[in-house]
Amino acid sequence: MRRIISILMENEPGALSRVIGLFSQRGYNIDTLSVAPTEDKTLSRLTLTTFGDDLKIEQITKHLNKLIEVVKLVDLTEGAHIERELMLIKVKATGAQRAEVKRSVDIFRGQIVDVTSTVYTIQLTGASDKLDAFIGAIGETQVLEVVRSGVSGISRGEKVLSL
Amino acid sequence: MHSDLEVATVEMLSGAEMVVRALQDEGVEYIFGYPGGSVLHIYDALFQQEKVNHILVRHEQAATHAADGYARATGKPGVVMVTSGPGATNAITGLATAFMDSIPMVVLSGQVRSDWIGDDAFQETDMIGVSRPVVKHSFMVRDAKDIPEIMKKAFYIATTGRPGPVLVDIPKDQTAPNVKNPYEYPKKVKMRSYAPVSRGHSGQIRKAVEELMKAKRPVIYAGGGVVQGEGSELLTRLAHRLNFPVTNTLMGLGGFPGTDKQNVGMLGMHGTYEANMTMHNSDVILAVGARLDDRVTNNVKKFCPGAKIIHIDIDPATISKNVMAHIPIVGPVDQVLEEMLAALDEHGGEPDQKALERWWEEIAGWRKVHGMRYETNEDGPMKPQQVVEALYKATQGDAYVTSDVGQHQMFAAQYYQYDKPRRWINSGGLGTMGFGLPAAMGVQFAFPEATVACVTGEGSIQMNIQELSTCLQYGLPVKIININNQALGMVRQWQDMQYGGRHSQSYMESLPDFVALAEAYGHVGMKVTKFEDLEGAMNEAFALKDRLVFMDIYVDPTEHVYPMQIADGSMRDMWLSKTERT
Ligand SMILES: Cc1ncc(C[n+]2csc(CCOP(=O)(O)OP(=O)(O)O)c2C)c(N)n1
Ligand SMILES: [Mg+2]
Repeated sequence: MRRIISILMENEPGALSRVIGLFSQRGYNIDTLSVAPTEDKTLSRLTLTTFGDDLKIEQITKHLNKLIEVVKLVDLTEGAHIERELMLIKVKATGAQRAEVKRSVDIFRGQIVDVTSTVYTIQLTGASDKLDAFIGAIGETQVLEVVRSGVSGISRGEKVLSL
Repeated sequence: MHSDLEVATVEMLSGAEMVVRALQDEGVEYIFGYPGGSVLHIYDALFQQEKVNHILVRHEQAATHAADGYARATGKPGVVMVTSGPGATNAITGLATAFMDSIPMVVLSGQVRSDWIGDDAFQETDMIGVSRPVVKHSFMVRDAKDIPEIMKKAFYIATTGRPGPVLVDIPKDQTAPNVKNPYEYPKKVKMRSYAPVSRGHSGQIRKAVEELMKAKRPVIYAGGGVVQGEGSELLTRLAHRLNFPVTNTLMGLGGFPGTDKQNVGMLGMHGTYEANMTMHNSDVILAVGARLDDRVTNNVKKFCPGAKIIHIDIDPATISKNVMAHIPIVGPVDQVLEEMLAALDEHGGEPDQKALERWWEEIAGWRKVHGMRYETNEDGPMKPQQVVEALYKATQGDAYVTSDVGQHQMFAAQYYQYDKPRRWINSGGLGTMGFGLPAAMGVQFAFPEATVACVTGEGSIQMNIQELSTCLQYGLPVKIININNQALGMVRQWQDMQYGGRHSQSYMESLPDFVALAEAYGHVGMKVTKFEDLEGAMNEAFALKDRLVFMDIYVDPTEHVYPMQIADGSMRDMWLSKTERT
């Protein structure tokens, strides 16, 4: 099962490498990863997605919690949450395709953020499966380049991950 | 705001002086190390004080094992200093050894100047990176002003919660003698991201007590956490109070007295028949400070099919890692056991005596099988087991015994009865050959008057034999019991049992003359080849109170360690000798 683990950790050099190292060392895999400082510059928020059954996820979260620089963490998939990923994608856009691509962008509520005579650069946000679906709709052969931010997530309602 | 007067009283120290002062403030007696370019400022500061004694080893790996042995014997953190690059990488095996066995240690490594880091400077290694998977935590000093706080945190993290080694990497410029900063050693540390559990959950403890009261075939399975967590006395009280059988892991030996009649011996791969049978047939297992690792459980799918597991450990990640615990209790072993004893009082009940009586009878039957017997040779070479038994006798069971890794280690675990915690010192988790001699040095520094024996093999001893020189320098009267089977015995045993007896690279040709070697290093050497000489030689060796004696004892090269669990089986599947299996 896919899980989104969100971590609040000390914004210190080396902290990220410990998180990453833990995954490779213990044979867990990281599917996506995003990290940036929070409103409190001494803290970073790291969101990662991984796959595993309950037992494996429990081990992962226990080991993450043991890392000295990890302050708090939550498995967002355990409760109601909002999940977003940003994608920047360059697609071929010539002739009749231009209108076709534009239509897909509208349907997926994306934005064309840069245009040349042959290429559209599109920005799209949403859950990861929506981004996958967009690529499917455009057709992989039309895609020139894809950049995805990795998943960010936050719980719904009043629950917060903070100190 | 500070008044002028207060500012005037704050000491101004260089980074190097801060490091040494912090060691003093931590009450460090010994630091094991080896100098080199990056740590010379610190060595100069060490030279100008007398509180912290530096022990010069002959190889940085030995420094780590010596500090580790010191820590295991005393419970205090072991401290190490090495230079950057090769000095630091030589310390890796020792860090990994301490990490696997949860030993508190602080390792200070030199680093090239801050502005050279990343440039492939002379003797530069990314020590933080290289050591990352084998340390509890690590720090890089980025500003000399931070040294007091970093040192305080390093000792705090190493010694609290589940203990472990902490590395502090110190670039040379941060220790420069001409740059002074105010020094004040923090009295306390508070870290928002690190708060070791201080108490087990009372509800869970009461639930465990209920379960223990209902048990008909209980067993207490006690690991290294009992020794490390100062839980021996409480565990012994609990076991006596309940009249339950107790088995110790390799790391837990001495956590419950070896000669106690409730002790069914060590469990696991080379555990006793009765310990493994007791575990397999139990209905409630009280696991205390143990990891349920593969050397204990054998095939986890077949592990103790009828048992409910109560698991006490300081580390939540250890619980239900390999085997699901029915009643997990996360907390310090001593506190949890203390509360468990109180909960027993409160409960007021007694365990099922009738059932216990039957259980003990069953165990007595397994004991009669006597899995620990071995055959002796009438005329041929003596048996390694005889050597350990002779050692037990010569030391009245009261020595500190360190060991290396191999058959001799298992014999030392099986045939020496440890009645006290911290007496049996071995690399259980990593299984590091070369651990024994330097560890014995660390123990001897901690207890100069104590009898310290290093049980080793002719393979292992050669992995850190250069430390004979250190022993001479500091007059360490360690007794080396070299169980010489002229082979990498444990490897050969596996080759006998699983590879059709093809001894690929497991024999030792061209062994040195160990007696001459010991003498060359300024020690006493003894060679023993006949059983009838063994006892006399041992007594003679241990009578030499102030000398290191290297006893090179020739034993039967064909002997195997038994019992031995059959791979992939359950706990009760064992070879009892070369020809008998369960
Ligand atoms: C550093 C290291 N290298 C290799 C091994 C694998 N190993 C385990 S036991 C053993 C043989 C040890 O030989 P010896 O010290 O003579 O002990 P014996 O088994 O003969 O008693 C070896 C090579 C190890 N444990 N540690
Ligand atoms: Mg040998």
